[in-house]
Amino acid sequence: MVYKSIDEANQAVVSKIIAGSPFLLDVVPAIDVIDEFKHGKVLLHAGPPITYDKMIDPVQGACIGAAMFEGWADNEDDARKLMESGEVTLIPCHHVDAVGPMGGITSAHMPVVVVENRTDGNRAYCTMNEGIGAVLRFGANGPEVIDRLRWMRDVLGPVLSKALQTREPLNVSALIAKAIAMGDEFHQRNIAASLAFLKEMSPSIVALDIDQKDKEDVIQFLADTDQFFLNIMMASAKSVMDGARQIQEGTIVTAMCRNGYEFGIRIAGMGDEWFTGPVNTPHGLYFSGFSEDDASPDMGDSAITETFGVGGFAMIAAPAVTRFVGTGGFFDALHTSEDMTEITTASNPNFPIPTWDFRGISIGIDARKVVETGILPVINTGIANKKAGLGQIGAGTVNPPMEAFEKAVLAYAKKLGFEE
Amino acid sequence: MLHTVIEKNSYQDSIVLMLLTNYLETLDGVNNVQVMMGTPANKDIFKTGGLATDELEAATPNDMVVVLDVDNEDLIDDVVKKAKVYLDEQSNGSDDENSGEERVKTWDKALEVAKDAPVALISVPGVYAAGEVEKALDAGKNVFCFSDNVTIEDEARLKQMAHEKGLLLMGPDCGTGIANGLPLAFANRVRKGSIGIVGASGTGIQEVTAIIHKMGEGVTNAIGTGGRDLKAQVQGITFKDSIALLDQDPDVKVIVAISKPPAKEVRDDAVDLLRAAKKPVVAIFLGEKPEAHEKGLYRAYTLEETAKIAVGLLHGQEPTGNEDVAVKVPDVKLQPQQKYIKGYYSGGTLAYEAATLMNNTLGLHAENGVDGSILKKDGYEVLDLGDDVFTQGRPHPMIDATKRKEMMVSAGQDPETAAILLDIVLGYGTTDDMAGDLKDTIIKVKADAKAEGRELPVIATIVGTDMDPQDYSQQQRTLAEAGVIICENNAQAVKTALAIVGHPVEETPLPILPEAPSNVKMPAVSDKLKEMLTATRFLNIGLESFAEAINESGGSAVQFDWKPIAGGNVELQKALLFLNKVDLKVGV
Repeated sequence: MVYKSIDEANQAVVSKIIAGSPFLLDVVPAIDVIDEFKHGKVLLHAGPPITYDKMIDPVQGACIGAAMFEGWADNEDDARKLMESGEVTLIPCHHVDAVGPMGGITSAHMPVVVVENRTDGNRAYCTMNEGIGAVLRFGANGPEVIDRLRWMRDVLGPVLSKALQTREPLNVSALIAKAIAMGDEFHQRNIAASLAFLKEMSPSIVALDIDQKDKEDVIQFLADTDQFFLNIMMASAKSVMDGARQIQEGTIVTAMCRNGYEFGIRIAGMGDEWFTGPVNTPHGLYFSGFSEDDASPDMGDSAITETFGVGGFAMIAAPAVTRFVGTGGFFDALHTSEDMTEITTASNPNFPIPTWDFRGISIGIDARKVVETGILPVINTGIANKKAGLGQIGAGTVNPPMEAFEKAVLAYAKKLGFEE
Repeated sequence: MLHTVIEKNSYQDSIVLMLLTNYLETLDGVNNVQVMMGTPANKDIFKTGGLATDELEAATPNDMVVVLDVDNEDLIDDVVKKAKVYLDEQSNGSDDENSGEERVKTWDKALEVAKDAPVALISVPGVYAAGEVEKALDAGKNVFCFSDNVTIEDEARLKQMAHEKGLLLMGPDCGTGIANGLPLAFANRVRKGSIGIVGASGTGIQEVTAIIHKMGEGVTNAIGTGGRDLKAQVQGITFKDSIALLDQDPDVKVIVAISKPPAKEVRDDAVDLLRAAKKPVVAIFLGEKPEAHEKGLYRAYTLEETAKIAVGLLHGQEPTGNEDVAVKVPDVKLQPQQKYIKGYYSGGTLAYEAATLMNNTLGLHAENGVDGSILKKDGYEVLDLGDDVFTQGRPHPMIDATKRKEMMVSAGQDPETAAILLDIVLGYGTTDDMAGDLKDTIIKVKADAKAEGRELPVIATIVGTDMDPQDYSQQQRTLAEAGVIICENNAQAVKTALAIVGHPVEETPLPILPEAPSNVKMPAVSDKLKEMLTATRFLNIGLESFAEAINESGGSAVQFDWKPIAGGNVELQKALLFLNKVDLKVGV
């Protein structure tokens, strides 16, 4: 397909985003769907490509946890040496149709959700949410963390997989539409969607012919994990954005992600190329006893939610959390969402926001508009302690570096023949 | 010791930053401080202010730069914190009041939200103004351009472009206007009425509208043209279209035209056009002493006379020559050495008027002043403190009294000073309490002179109305408390000063000659131009206070928080332009 102008190409990409139809099919070990795991020791990480030595402490901590989880080492020191040796291949999640929260560290035997975008036939994967407290995504790697990962591998993943096989694939768009009307913005707040997910799944889970304790544990875990849906949202957004970026023209941003060191974006017209700049540190509210001095730089593939049009872009959908992410209140949330309309291309009518007079979420970030206006995307995010293993210390918002957008715009202009 | 603090990507309006600078200067331990956006021009200002630092060079036009001189480094954090609190308070204040307001940040959005606004107000930094004016004209908007520093070539080109599109470009450097009774930029609130005004002078329009209001009549539309419109290069394009517009406005009964004398090449054309008007016209060419009226085209010498002739004509009364009420000379005993009048003005046209009256009455034969020094001959002095030479890096004297206080103190110490003239300009865009800001200094200056055995009269006029956001009568009371001689208008104030020094202005009524023939035809007026007369909705690009003035006065303004495209990066601007036009099928 050839487009006359960038506007036309962008419109085509946006149409694909609107037409995207993610369905949750299954939960399987990562190695079953990601071939790269079959070739030696491999870990996936969030953000654009990075080497181990450049990873910040929480991400290194997560690598060490994953190495122990995979049984490559039985203590932290050995695991660290292994990572430092360079024997473990590091691949960005995005390069293998996946996304990962915070550190995004994903290993072969971690279960991943399988989401298919039925419009374009492509699939995307993401690990499951571990809950809060000491968790691998924030760099914790103690026994409690590894034990939970094992339980997720041995119980949670298989149970959800079985339950999903007894029913129709789960239409994620329908869940999103319901939950946005219940005050979720799907990055900082997923409680409505997580409950809706539990509502959808519990009849199938309780009907399974499996150990009663496992059933109870799974239901309890889902009931306890307010952010469980976030990872499903991320995989769904990834599947839709990957479908849309089959169009390789135009300036729509198709991915935003960070690895704690660099922030990377992709635009449709530049295909797989990453455009990066240094990550910022989020601003927001801290749990008592912590301050911005303790905060880790920005990390995670979860900004795929903003790329898809939720998260910070749909701040107005979730007035309840605006204060938590450090904004003033309803009108600040409104201004944030209004600002985001200045750098996006269209509204997605499938996801109307009641608190925004039923206006659809803003989609199709146009890198040109970001550069032109100086308005940067607003990303809602959890804030990790900069020391591995101490977990989340707050929540807030963060901006990508302008540099990434400037590089993307210049590179695409040059590709099309722009000469200074 | 100089310190530099750079807040990346923190665009603030220059007025806000100047006020902030003033505030920070008052903090204990701060020897010197300046806060500005990091544009190349501002960097030069830092340097000339003795605030050059290496870090400053790295700042971009989107960065807010604080350079401060403190002896104690511990103060830096405190100053930065106080600056942030100040800026937060500024933004919170407006957020609270306008939580439901319409606010946009891009042209696309602006044109969508303000598609029904026939007029765009533009107050962006001068280097960007021509481009933004062109965009607004392309979008079919009449433009009121407050920004200055636009080249005269651009002005001529854009005005021609506007004319061809059937639109009006007011400005650049248009300080004031009234559209459909709503204040544009630095304007007074006056009641609506049947006098229509075209003016190439900001405070000239303000003074005339305020006097008309005080006389019980009103002005619905006062169109500013910008000061260079009647120069040869621009050919009076806006002036002519505006006269045509007012001539065809059924609500206008009398037209007032205010301008410096037109360039020779334009003059006949302009005057002929005034003669061609169906409605009576009062014209004042500032600085020129008229010799005769013509039937239908009446000539005024002062702004006061302009307003009074216009109101007379509205009441069916031709000028009598008695428009200037005889001045009551206050009882002031000057010492023999007290000879000279000093005028410290915030309004440029008012300064010009004072200089003209003094020059002509005293027979000074002074050259035209330059750089804000409108008159300087012997000890006589009239300064326009709003001129660029005085406002580099500091607020306009209508907002900030610092410079005026300095000038008054030094004039007060000069034993040859016989009287000090001041203007207090009210209305939107000026400070809340100028009289209060000046009061202590006035009292001190008079007392110091008295201590040395001199009586020193301070004479002031208040340009404003009882509808202005400031409290007009409170300003009067404050000045009276300070012992100021308050005159009804500027001409009266200057005449009072001249009478005090023993040179009263002599009035000679002008003859009224028969109607003179006109060789020009009124230009046609497009529908888009007419929409301006009844505009209630505006697109305000730049200074937010202009939108607030319109909203408070019953109109509605969409606020466009403008920033330079791509942070002012030229390479990126070119790349964006390329991408916006590139044809993906064939390339460019």
